[in-house]
Amino acid sequence: MSAGNKRRTVLVTGAGGALAKRVLQRLRDRYELVAVDFRRKVDTEPGIHSYLVELHKRGFEDVFAAHAIDAVIHIGRIFTHEKNRDQRYNANVLGTKRLLDLSRKYGVRQVMIHSTYFVYGASPYNPALLDEETPLKASEVTQDLVDSVELESLANIYLWKHPDLHITILRPCNLLGPGVRNSMSILLARPLVPVLIGFSPMMQFLHVEDMADAMVLAFERNQPGIYNVAPEDYVPYQQAVIECGCRRLPIPSIPPALPKGISSALNWNAFFPPYLINYFKYPVILDGRLFRETFGWKPRRNLNDIFSYYRKQKLNARPV
Amino acid sequence: MSGLDKLDFREKALARLVTPEIEQLVASIPKPVGSFGYDAWGYNEARFKVALGFAKLLYDRYFRVTTYGLEHVPAQGRALIIGNHSGQLPMDGVLVAVAMATSPHGPRLARAMIERFFPTVPWLGNFLNAIGAVIGDPVNCVKMLELEEAIIVFPEGVRGSGKPYRKRYQLQRFGNGFMHLAMSTQTPIVPVGIVGCEETMPALANLAPVAKLLGIPYLPVVPSLLPLPARVHLRFGEPMRFAPARNEAEVTQRVEQVKERVKALIDEGLHQRTSIYR
Repeated sequence: MSAGNKRRTVLVTGAGGALAKRVLQRLRDRYELVAVDFRRKVDTEPGIHSYLVELHKRGFEDVFAAHAIDAVIHIGRIFTHEKNRDQRYNANVLGTKRLLDLSRKYGVRQVMIHSTYFVYGASPYNPALLDEETPLKASEVTQDLVDSVELESLANIYLWKHPDLHITILRPCNLLGPGVRNSMSILLARPLVPVLIGFSPMMQFLHVEDMADAMVLAFERNQPGIYNVAPEDYVPYQQAVIECGCRRLPIPSIPPALPKGISSALNWNAFFPPYLINYFKYPVILDGRLFRETFGWKPRRNLNDIFSYYRKQKLNARPV
Repeated sequence: MSGLDKLDFREKALARLVTPEIEQLVASIPKPVGSFGYDAWGYNEARFKVALGFAKLLYDRYFRVTTYGLEHVPAQGRALIIGNHSGQLPMDGVLVAVAMATSPHGPRLARAMIERFFPTVPWLGNFLNAIGAVIGDPVNCVKMLELEEAIIVFPEGVRGSGKPYRKRYQLQRFGNGFMHLAMSTQTPIVPVGIVGCEETMPALANLAPVAKLLGIPYLPVVPSLLPLPARVHLRFGEPMRFAPARNEAEVTQRVEQVKERVKALIDEGLHQRTSIYR
């Protein structure tokens, strides 16, 4: 980049997470970076400004005031296993609203939002290859995913109402890989993993490095819209469990209240929470064609590459 | 029985079902799958082979199926196979699928549409998906046709399969859904007349109130719970192609054309049939 050309400033939320770290690393050479996280002040590379801030609290505006932010990559999210439903709603929905309002106020020209495939909801009536126009039914499945759906509808309102924000919403399938702390990754890192007797829904998995590539690509091409991000490869849940070197712990699947009760009683909130039980029973398979074709993207790591990390982790942990 | 013996027994049983012929047929089916042998709907090559091996035995030895006009099923590319539904159990779908998978004119994987309650049944839901069946959702159909797959549709649905024996070979009302699919995705329709399945499970009556209580489409009163060994005749007709219709009345008219074609294929089969069970 020539010296006269001012570098754009990008704010990245959730900077402490595995995905954001990789995105920051990829953008480092070409952009001024501001990293924020609500959990802790993240140690970043020299030259990257780092803040500990909660999106829905007042201090957040100071970040916008201090830096002339041109673009936002909103990755930070309180996972379903962190904090309670109200706190999640405040942080994820109200926090995002504040982020979008501040973006308008300070003239941000591009916003990328990291959503999740959970928004589609797992149901026995789901067809496969859901495209982006499929109704979001997660709130029908559980109250605990209302914040994910609300966050999306909020982003959608801003997407149509304020085209100058150039909003892109990405809905990835299960992200896995080193450092990823979502429920699926925590689950597959365990030696013994619950499975529902008689149910093994198809799933899609994406390596966190590939997702970081996808985000950076979509960020630089700036084609606002909603995109599923998923590979064209599929594997049943129980086989993924075996491929990751886990032993299966079969739990009764019917009546539906039973596995939920078992999960609550044993406090499996972090990896097999009662409100995600349906996702281990019925498939949510995304059609990622729009993203792949719009951005010419293809994941570089296959399912075996993804699973081998979890397999090796267990081999290393085994006592000699 | 030791673990190894058990494994050996399993291997031997599998080898009897998955013959080299089956292996070769499945290998030549134009059907892309992912790195673990699955597609987006849960179809799995390995399990399909076993199911095909078993169904082929039924096809050859039990129902002694004779097939005409298999050359009308395109060797590749999207297709809707439209037939008459009968016999309480979906044996007709299974036999049409075997005919297509073992076609000398190029084997095809036939996707079947199943009732919406199947995915909620443990094991059965996954098993049906693994052998190629999916819930009858229009989105599934469109996505599959776009991926150049062949789908079997019985437009009579449970009206056809659940009807009593006294109404045998009387076509029930055809739904219009398949015609909309065919027109919107420019898919050729291959009609098939199925003769013999009516006699596999002749129903005297339908215990509708009990069926309703159990949440199933129908509950027939039948002389035998296992399908009877009736000879089955499958007669495929020439592909029919339809341009977009102007209105629903025109769609219904075209559905009638397909229905008449299926009726004619059934009549040819009935005319040619010399015995039912022998």
